[in-house]
Amino acid sequence: MSRDVAAEALRADQVTIPAGHAFSRIPMISGVIGTIGLVASLVLRSGDAKQFAFSWLIAFLFFLSLALGALFFVLIHFATQAGWGIVVRRLAENTMGTLPLFALLFVPVTLGMRDLFPWIHGIAEGHDHVLTGKAPYLNTTFFAGRAVAYFALWSAIAMLFVLRSRAQDASRSQAISLGLRRLSGPAIIVLALTQTFAAVDWIMSLNPYWYSTIFGVYWFAGSFVSFFAFLTLVVLLLRRAGMMANVVGTEHFHDLGKLLFAFTVFWAYIGFSQFFLIWYGNIPEETIFFRMRLVGTWKAASLLLAAGHFVIPFFFFMPRTIKRHPRFLALGAAWLLLMHGVDLYWLVMPAMHPSGVALRLLDGTTFLAVGGFFVAAVSWLTLGSPLVPLGDPRLPESLSFENF
Amino acid sequence: MSHFGVLAEFQSPAQLYRACERVRDAGYTKWDAHTPFPVHGLDGAMGMRRSRLPWIVLVLALGGAATGFLLQTWVHNMAYPLTISGKPHFAWPAYVPITFELGVLGGALGAVFGMFGLNQLPRHHHPLFDAKRFARFSDDTFFISIEAADPKFDANATSRLLAAVGASHVELVEDTP
Repeated sequence: MSRDVAAEALRADQVTIPAGHAFSRIPMISGVIGTIGLVASLVLRSGDAKQFAFSWLIAFLFFLSLALGALFFVLIHFATQAGWGIVVRRLAENTMGTLPLFALLFVPVTLGMRDLFPWIHGIAEGHDHVLTGKAPYLNTTFFAGRAVAYFALWSAIAMLFVLRSRAQDASRSQAISLGLRRLSGPAIIVLALTQTFAAVDWIMSLNPYWYSTIFGVYWFAGSFVSFFAFLTLVVLLLRRAGMMANVVGTEHFHDLGKLLFAFTVFWAYIGFSQFFLIWYGNIPEETIFFRMRLVGTWKAASLLLAAGHFVIPFFFFMPRTIKRHPRFLALGAAWLLLMHGVDLYWLVMPAMHPSGVALRLLDGTTFLAVGGFFVAAVSWLTLGSPLVPLGDPRLPESLSFENF
Repeated sequence: MSHFGVLAEFQSPAQLYRACERVRDAGYTKWDAHTPFPVHGLDGAMGMRRSRLPWIVLVLALGGAATGFLLQTWVHNMAYPLTISGKPHFAWPAYVPITFELGVLGGALGAVFGMFGLNQLPRHHHPLFDAKRFARFSDDTFFISIEAADPKFDANATSRLLAAVGASHVELVEDTP
């Protein structure tokens, strides 16, 4: 049977996880894991509230970056009218559908603000010239207001696209695709701005004296790579379970592999640009960021990041064979997710442990807490609809897609 | 009189596709298909192997990058050492942009000229252009050409094979310089 025939015959029950499948227990199981992680974290918090705040921030940023990467993927898909990836777009929609949950997961960050952000004390004491100058932006009221705005905008855009895409499953209306396409351009601008400001607020202001104008792009690059890694793993997991077998194939793996390769290079390009200009300018308030990350074990972490987040995946993902081989692709994707975790730890944790890498139990428990709730939400959304957007007019194009 | 090979004419991409599979299965290696537009999956039907071009690009890209890095190391440390903004002579971060650019240049030149080389281009003439009917390969007709240089080539047997797989016209093409 040719793939075009398969496209016409694709029915909802062929691409929906059947009720009673082992996967239908995932939301429950990961919800329990999340709760255990949360309780353990709260118990450990009583001993070290500051460590809790930093560990939670890293876990929060890790899973938030997956959801924001998914949001950008879906928006760029509509904006460019891309055909190849329609078969994986629903999985990206499910990932970004978790964004409203992150407003809730942000609460521990606000509770730990005084431990996280030194500008709160600096401005309150009033004798720090630099921080007083930055006070119109870096103050708790505006900070909270911005956070509310970020979550409101992200959730609104994500839910609109999720709900309209699901409505199209039944109605098959092309007007939905056109409407979302018109909206996607402005939404990308909103996302670029909010994501940049969020990176400034939540990561850069951990050291309020330091600034880097490229920082928002750096955070975006990391989030997009890790989203592709996550998407690849989800697709391969579903394939392994026998789902989407005649929907997603080698040609789609190849494209995911190409994007993983491309955005690994993009991340390195942005990361090096940031380092290069700061190194060249040699101004103390800028160089402090890298000075802190080149002492003791932080230097080892920096080298691990350069090798593990760029050099190794660069050569690993280069051959065509790797990108078309599910097992190697899964290995590379899992490795990049791990490196994204290292990246976020490297960005956040030197502010608390300047003397060297200091892994704590709370790093693990907070990761389980945020990750558990995130996976519960993604899998719950995945169970609630077909695995591909059945009503999308470009679905046949995506099904019969081939690389040349 | 020596021959370049045999030229066979087909009326539809489907006929050409099936003929290519038969020629491939008959074990020919020095042959080609000519179509007015790309035919989906024809490379598979022709049994074509992956191009060697990526290896040429890789070697030249890495060679370009190495050249860029070594050139700057030599200039800044041996040939003409200067102290610039208080940086050490071996200031490797400053070498990265040129290293990167020469790597890209090497890869790009390797891709373009490697492609020319593997396709044996440019050339002034090809024996197939002497066949009058061949001009229609860029209009509405599909061709297979099998070269006399192919070890399995036999003017009579090869012509019979091509007629048997659905060619509407088969002719011998002379070898002209």
